[in-house]
Amino acid sequence: MRTPWSRRSLGSAEDRATYETLHTASLAAPALRRGLDEDSAEKAIKHLRALLGVPSVALTDTERVLATDGARGRRTDVMELAREVISAGTTQAFSTPRSPYPHAIVAPLSVEDAVVGAVVVSSPAASAGLARTTTEVARWVSSQLELAELDKSRTALMEAELRALRAQISPHFVYNSLGAIASFVRTDPERARELLLEFADFTRYSFRRHGEFTTLADELRSIERYLVLEKARFGDRLHVTVQVAPEVLSVTLPFLSIQPLVENAVRHGLERKAGGGNVVVIARDAGNEAVITVEDDGAGEDPDRVRRALAGDPSTDSVGLGNVDERMRTVYGNAYGIVIETAPGAGTKVSVRVPKYAPGAAR
Amino acid sequence: MNSSYAAVAVTVVALLTLGIGLFGLRISRTTSDFYVASRSVSPLWNSSAIGGEYLSAASYLGIAGLVLTLGADMLWFPVGWTAGYLVLLAFVAAPLRRSGAYTLPDFTQIRVQSSVARAVASVLVVVIGWLYLMPQFQGAGLVLHTVTGAPIWAGSVLVAAIVVVNVVSGGMRSITFVQAFQYWLKLTALLVPLVFLLHAWTEDGRPTPTGAGASEAWLSPMAADTTSLALYGTYSLIVATFLGTMGLPHVVVRFYTNPDGRAARRTTLIVLALLGAFYLLPTAYGVIGRVYAGDLAGTGSSDIVVLELPLRVIGGTLGDVLGALLTAGAFAAFLSTSSGLTMSLAGVLAQGSLGRRALGPVAAVRAGAVVGTVFPLGLALASDQIAVASSVGFAFAVAASTFCPLLVLGIWWRRLTAAGAIAGMLAGGIGAGGAVVATIVRGSDDGWLDLLLSRPAAWSVPLAFAVMVLVSLATQHRRPSNVARTMVRLHTPERLRLDRADR
Repeated sequence: MRTPWSRRSLGSAEDRATYETLHTASLAAPALRRGLDEDSAEKAIKHLRALLGVPSVALTDTERVLATDGARGRRTDVMELAREVISAGTTQAFSTPRSPYPHAIVAPLSVEDAVVGAVVVSSPAASAGLARTTTEVARWVSSQLELAELDKSRTALMEAELRALRAQISPHFVYNSLGAIASFVRTDPERARELLLEFADFTRYSFRRHGEFTTLADELRSIERYLVLEKARFGDRLHVTVQVAPEVLSVTLPFLSIQPLVENAVRHGLERKAGGGNVVVIARDAGNEAVITVEDDGAGEDPDRVRRALAGDPSTDSVGLGNVDERMRTVYGNAYGIVIETAPGAGTKVSVRVPKYAPGAAR
Repeated sequence: MNSSYAAVAVTVVALLTLGIGLFGLRISRTTSDFYVASRSVSPLWNSSAIGGEYLSAASYLGIAGLVLTLGADMLWFPVGWTAGYLVLLAFVAAPLRRSGAYTLPDFTQIRVQSSVARAVASVLVVVIGWLYLMPQFQGAGLVLHTVTGAPIWAGSVLVAAIVVVNVVSGGMRSITFVQAFQYWLKLTALLVPLVFLLHAWTEDGRPTPTGAGASEAWLSPMAADTTSLALYGTYSLIVATFLGTMGLPHVVVRFYTNPDGRAARRTTLIVLALLGAFYLLPTAYGVIGRVYAGDLAGTGSSDIVVLELPLRVIGGTLGDVLGALLTAGAFAAFLSTSSGLTMSLAGVLAQGSLGRRALGPVAAVRAGAVVGTVFPLGLALASDQIAVASSVGFAFAVAASTFCPLLVLGIWWRRLTAAGAIAGMLAGGIGAGGAVVATIVRGSDDGWLDLLLSRPAAWSVPLAFAVMVLVSLATQHRRPSNVARTMVRLHTPERLRLDRADR
C-alpha cells in the first residue's frame, strides 16, 4: 500500500511534529522580521497560536495590545498582566478568574536587553511545560525582532552611507575651475562673470541638502554646467557630445550618480592625452529602464585596476566609479551595478541602467 | 482597386516605421547649445504621441463602418473615446504623473503596498492589452485582403511581425517622435481624401443619406430602436468608453514622459483637442459612405468603407492614389497602436513572471514582446470577424471595470485597502472579462442576455466599485501604513516645495 510507505518516508511522528513546528515558525517569521507593530502582529499571531497550541494568544507592545487570536478576554485585563511582566522582565503565571480561561502565562519580548512587549497566553490549565513553551516562543519572537532591528539599522547605515558618499565633488575640480575663471577676469570679464554664475549654480546643486534622488533632467543640467566650466579650462581640446532621448528625462535616479562618471571621462579622456579628447554622453530609452553611457576615447585603463577600484581599493584614482557603483547597487539591487568596458589605449565606456520605477526610490 | 499603389503605400509605411524606430530621431548636439529644458518632451509632442498611439484601427476604420451600418447612435463611440480623456484630465492625469508610476501595476503597488495586488494588476494589463491587440491584427488582415487580395491571415501576420521586430530589436527608442508622426500621418491620410470626396459630393448636388435609401431612423439617435434594450446598450457604451480610457496600459506610460503633473494636465487638454478634430473625419466618411456605398452596410466588410470611397466616388488614378493614402494611414494606425501596446505588455510581462532572473532583463523584455504578440495574433486568426470597433469596446469595458475603480478610489479615497483593491479588480475583471469571453464563444443573438454580455460595463463597473468599497471598509484595520504620505505625494502641486517622500 502506498500511504504507509509515503508516511514512513516522511519520518517518524516526532520528525513530522518537528517539521510542522518549523514550518509554522517559518510562516510567522516574515511578518515579525518587519518589526513589532499592529500589522505584523496581526499577521503573525495565528501562527504563534498554532505553535503554542493554546486557545488564546495576545501580543502587546509596552503600551497596548497589538493583536489577539482565539477566545479573547478584555484588552485592558490583558494589558494589565503584560505591564506587570514588562516591568519585571521575566515570565510569570497568573490566575485570571474573570477571563474565559482561568490561567494566563505572560512572557516578555526583548530586543537587545530592552523589553519591547509581551506574549500573553490564556489556557484552561497551567503547567510548567506550557510556561517553558511560552518562554521559548517569546525568545524566538524576540530573536526575529532583533533581526528586524538589524535590518532597520542596516537600512539606516545604507542611508548614512548614501549621504556620506554623495557630497564627493572633487576638490581638484573646485580649484581648477576657480583657476580657469581667474584667468579670464582681466581678459574677458564678461565671460568670467558668466562662468562664476555657472560655478555658483553647479555648487548649489551639488551641495544641496534635501533628498537622495533627483531627475535625470536635473542631473544633466548640472553636468552641462560642469562641462561649461571644464571647457573654459581645456578650450578646444575637449569635445563633448550629448544625446538624450527625451523620454528618459523624467527618470528618477540617485543624486550625483552620472556627474562623477562624466568627470572621470573628462579626466581620463583628456588629462593623460596630448591632443584633444572626445566625451560622449548618451541616455536612451530601453522599455522599463533608462540606459546611460559615458564614453571617452582617452588612455583607457587596465581592467584589473578598474576591478580593484570598483572593489573599493583607495590606491586607485577612480574613486568616483566605485562610489557610483556602490550606490546604484544599494538603491536598485546587485543587478544594477555600473558596467565598465576598457583596455589600455582603447578608451573607456561606462554604462548605467536605471529602472524607471523602483519602489521606494520614486519622486 | 489598383493593388500596386496600395502595396507601395503599405510598404512605405512599414519601412518608415521600422526606419524611424531603428535609427530614431536622435538629435545630438555639442555642449555649447545643449540645454536640457528645451529638449524635454513638450506637451504638444507628447499629446500628438498619445493621439498617434490611441487612434487605432477602431477609430480609423471602425467608426465609419459602424456609422455606415447603424447610423447616429454610433456617434457615441468617438464621443466616448474623446470624453474618456476629459475624465482622465479631471480625476487622474496630474496625480498619476506625480505618483511616479511607470505602469498600472507600479501605481497599484505605490498605493496599496501589496505584491498580490500588483500581480492581479499585471494580469489585467495583459488581458486588456490582448483584447486591444486582437482587433488591430484582424483589421490589418481585412485591409490587406481588400486592397491586394492577399489571404486574410497575411496582413495580421505582417503587422505582428513588424511590431515584434521593432520592439525586439530595441527599435522603439524614440517612440514619442514615431507616435507623434503617426498621428499627423493618420490625420492627413483621412483629411486629404475627404477634401476631394466633399468636392465630388458638392458637384453631385449634395445628395443626403435619406435620398440614397437610408431611413429617417438612421439619421436620428435612438430612433431605430426605442426599447429600453437600446437605451441600456447606449448607457453601457458611454460608461465603458468614458471610464475605460484611463485603464489602457499604453496611456499611463505616456504620462510618465511628462516632466510633472501640470504638464500632464496640459498634455491631456491638447489630446482632447487633437482627438476631437480627428474624430470629425471618420464620421464624415460614414455619412458620405451611406450615400455612395450603402450596399456595404451590415455586411462583414463595412469596416473598409473608408478605403472604398475614393474608388467609388472619384475613381481613376486619383481615386487609386487617394485609396493608397488611406491604406497607408490604416497601416499607420495598426502599427502605432500595436507597437505601443506591445511595448507596454512586454514591460509588464518582463517585470512579472517571465523569469527575469533566468533570462536577464533585456532578454525578458524580448520574450515578453513575443509572448505579448503571439497570443492575440492566434486569437485574431482563430476567431470570427467581429466589427473592429466593437471588439475594441471589450478592451474598454474590462479596463473601465478594473483600473477605473482602482485609479479613482486609489487617488481620491484614503480608505482603500489592498484587499479591497484586489477584490474589486477581480470582481470587475472576472465579470467583464467573462462576459467578453461568453460573447465571443456564444456568437450573437438579439436578446437581453446578449446585450448584457456584449456591453457589460453598465453593470460591471458599479459592481467593481461596490466590491472595492465594501471590502475596503471591511478591512480597515489593514489600511496601508503609508497612505498619508502617498496622498500628499499624489495631490500636492509641484510648485509647493515639500518633502515628497524621496526616501
